[in-house]
Amino acid sequence: MGPATSTDVDSNQRSTKPIKEIPQAAIRFAGDSGDGMQLVGSQFTATSAVYGNDVATFPDYPAEIRAPMGTLAGVSGFQVNFASRNIHTPGDRADVLVAMNPAALKVCLNDLAEGGILIVNSDEFTPSNLQRAQYDHNPLETNELSRYQLHSVPITQNTLEAVASTGLGPKEASRCKNFYALGLTYWLYDRPLEPTIRWINSKFGRVPAVARANTLALQAGYEFGEKSAAFKLRYRVRPADLPPGTYRNVTGNQAVALGFITAAQLAGKPLFYGSYPITPASEILHELSGEKRFDVRVFQAEDEIAAMCAVVGAAFAGAIAVTGTSGPGMALKQEAIGLAVMTELPCVIVNVQRGGPSTGLPTKTEQADLWQAIMGRNGECPLPVIAARSPADCFWTAIEATRVAVKYMTPVIMLSDGFLAMSSEPWRIPEAGELKPIEIRHPTDPSTFHPYARNEHGARPWAIPGTPGLRHRIGGLEKSDVYGTVSYAPANHQRMVTLRARKVANVVQDIPDQEVFGAPQGELLVVSWGGTFGAVRTAVERARETGQDVAHAHLRWLNPLPANLGDILRNFRRVLVCELNMGQLLLLLRAHYLVSAIGLHKVQGRPFMVSDITDKIDELLGGRSP
Amino acid sequence: MSTKPESCELTAKDFKTDQQVKWCAGCGDHSILTQLQKVLASKKADRDHTVFVSGIGCSSRFPYYMDTYGFHGIHGRAPAIATGVKCANPELDVWVVTGDGDALSIGGNHFIHAIRRNIGIKIILFNNQIYGLTKGQYSPTTEFGTRTRSSPFGAIDHPLHPISVAIGTEVTFVARTVDMDVQHLQYVLERAAAHKGTAFVEVFQNCAVYNNNAYAWATDRQTKHEHILYLEHGKPLIFGTNRDKGIRLNGDEPEVVSLAEVSPDDLVIHDEKARDPSMAFRLSRMYHPEFPVPLGVFRAIEKPTYEELMMDQIAQVRAKQGLGSLDELFLAGDTWKV
Repeated sequence: MGPATSTDVDSNQRSTKPIKEIPQAAIRFAGDSGDGMQLVGSQFTATSAVYGNDVATFPDYPAEIRAPMGTLAGVSGFQVNFASRNIHTPGDRADVLVAMNPAALKVCLNDLAEGGILIVNSDEFTPSNLQRAQYDHNPLETNELSRYQLHSVPITQNTLEAVASTGLGPKEASRCKNFYALGLTYWLYDRPLEPTIRWINSKFGRVPAVARANTLALQAGYEFGEKSAAFKLRYRVRPADLPPGTYRNVTGNQAVALGFITAAQLAGKPLFYGSYPITPASEILHELSGEKRFDVRVFQAEDEIAAMCAVVGAAFAGAIAVTGTSGPGMALKQEAIGLAVMTELPCVIVNVQRGGPSTGLPTKTEQADLWQAIMGRNGECPLPVIAARSPADCFWTAIEATRVAVKYMTPVIMLSDGFLAMSSEPWRIPEAGELKPIEIRHPTDPSTFHPYARNEHGARPWAIPGTPGLRHRIGGLEKSDVYGTVSYAPANHQRMVTLRARKVANVVQDIPDQEVFGAPQGELLVVSWGGTFGAVRTAVERARETGQDVAHAHLRWLNPLPANLGDILRNFRRVLVCELNMGQLLLLLRAHYLVSAIGLHKVQGRPFMVSDITDKIDELLGGRSP
Repeated sequence: MSTKPESCELTAKDFKTDQQVKWCAGCGDHSILTQLQKVLASKKADRDHTVFVSGIGCSSRFPYYMDTYGFHGIHGRAPAIATGVKCANPELDVWVVTGDGDALSIGGNHFIHAIRRNIGIKIILFNNQIYGLTKGQYSPTTEFGTRTRSSPFGAIDHPLHPISVAIGTEVTFVARTVDMDVQHLQYVLERAAAHKGTAFVEVFQNCAVYNNNAYAWATDRQTKHEHILYLEHGKPLIFGTNRDKGIRLNGDEPEVVSLAEVSPDDLVIHDEKARDPSMAFRLSRMYHPEFPVPLGVFRAIEKPTYEELMMDQIAQVRAKQGLGSLDELFLAGDTWKV
């Protein structure tokens, strides 16, 4: 049940055109980097979320801040999927593509479903813009777009007319065209305008003419839909039947920030976040920098190495210590992560994975840092690794990673990815009072203290500087068992390597048994981890609806693996591991369990489409059951 | 054992650990360790609130020999580790012990940025102009042309000068001393200990094995006063076995003059509190043997520390917004009920 707002009713009353109820729709807004596509995409998402739909988004923008105007390199897109049922992905193909210029049309046309609605800003299809987009003709003047419901709308001109009364110059006035396009899509999908108008007023309140112009453009776009003879039908996507609660929309990066603030509060400690700016993890740094009231101590380090080393120092001194980075930064941090393993200090390293190797694809997603997380350090250097499965799940993953880090006195790597980081979904907001505190006991008794004595979990004590009588020295050199003095003794090293490994293996006691979606045994098990959850789950749901014998196991902890995972894998005749890499989990599963699993790999800087998985399932199961 | 704060009656011995000190005989590190233990005892330092952080190299074994909290880090990263310690608990007294390779080569970036931020840590650099623990390669402070294991035909790297680097990085306290000059070493370490913000001390330190006598000119009792100059705040720059020479500015350039010919009133008067670091920088460019090499405090100015600014911002935000509540944080922005 969603809130039926008065606007909802009003707009219905104003409208004379028929409305068709549909369960789900996806819109892709695409334009030049400077056209404000991320902004209107976010607005459409916020409006739909508040309206009560389930939403999932996929922002897709270039690494360059402002690539040359009108070029293919400069196209910025934002896809939002909204539905009256539970959805897990931003949708394979959009039902509507809004293309603000020829480059956007060229780059995004493949993402539009056959027969979909194509709204183009015809004013921008000038000879020079067509040339910049590498068109040798105007596609609006041929029949090459006949497979779509093409609407050529002079969006720029209409916007200028709509905002003329504000007295803005033509350049500023034409900047409102993204709101005109947004208004048109609001009309098309029967969305209320008020949330966006409120947002405009709070954002541009200091410049009333601009606020007024954007509002007028939004309304004009809406009215155009109503008046234009070309638009004959509207659509309505009813509120979704989500579990009761209070919701808000979060991106993965926002949820990571919220999660660590919460974890530190639950532990009753300051949060130290040491980080160096890197795409696509920087938003975590930005979010945390604004939350000083929670005693968040943000340290923007001189480099990735310093960020990690400061985290180790802060952990030594007793803070909840966290760093965030992406692949190349992760590579730089590895030596210091090894130091945290050796000194057995609790901290969390968030790796928002992006396309690699090297600088790779900074703004695009990939899952190719799994080996780096599990095996990326010198020496025998195991540590727990957990991966978030959705934007909102990043919140819970951050808390769980912290809980394990302090309980087992170990660094924990939390894997997110560029897709989770930037996309958003509704987050069911917990009540703070219901969250379990993170209990930490620092030793205080000098008569029983030894720096490398271990408790029942295999963890050493977290004695922090400032504690009377517990002075001790730790560091990267191998230490003697229990006493923690420097030791090169052969048998001691063997013992310490074993103790550290056993401690990390013990984390399995905190990992729930692996769940299987579908039957616990059968023909095909699809295995996934991290941000591919949505696409894989949707594909398996659809396959099961058609009667295919397929189940899904989505892994949360990658190290250690759940205790029952081997049994589950052996209960299926075939195992398919789907990952946005060339088979990293696949190798680990084959090595651990000697199963003849096969892989589905994709490394295109984009998430899986549901159809990628469905096609593979069909191939393996010999097509769909009748 | 008591969990109350320690009594103040500690001696240097109370700062020693039971670990065997494993530096070579004749190494300057022994003297620095002893003097620092004395200084901490005399300033009544609280061992439980003192943390020594180091990187990698001979000098970096230092924390194992100090009965305080200690962290033996990784190569070059001690200032970064120490920054994390200080941010997590600004009440701690944090010292970094490092060497010329550790601080200026692999750790050059952390060194300059710690100083730039004026984080409240003391950085003691043992400069022996050589890599000792890796057995004798040239370091970033090795003199041009020096023959070492990795420069058998002479080093073709130009050395950098730690004090010039520190001043160029806006250091708020910078001093130089010598391992063998026990009293001066103590004086400089006391001054560093009392400084708020980053205190950087370069210690000329003898490596008896790989670069023996590199600083003989600065330690030889008979001749050293001809080659070194003790900086004293507010006093003219005078040196010499008979204190018969001084430093005067000729235009912008320092020059050595004889006091037989020049009045002390015409000499440079040392001002460690000068806001403009230009004179301190010029002093840092006085090299042996052309000039007497200055020892003492080059610069000691006051400036807010990083940890103070960080905690002040938190306090100000909390004064304005109140302590955060998680429920309020969660519910920020557009929410809706189902």
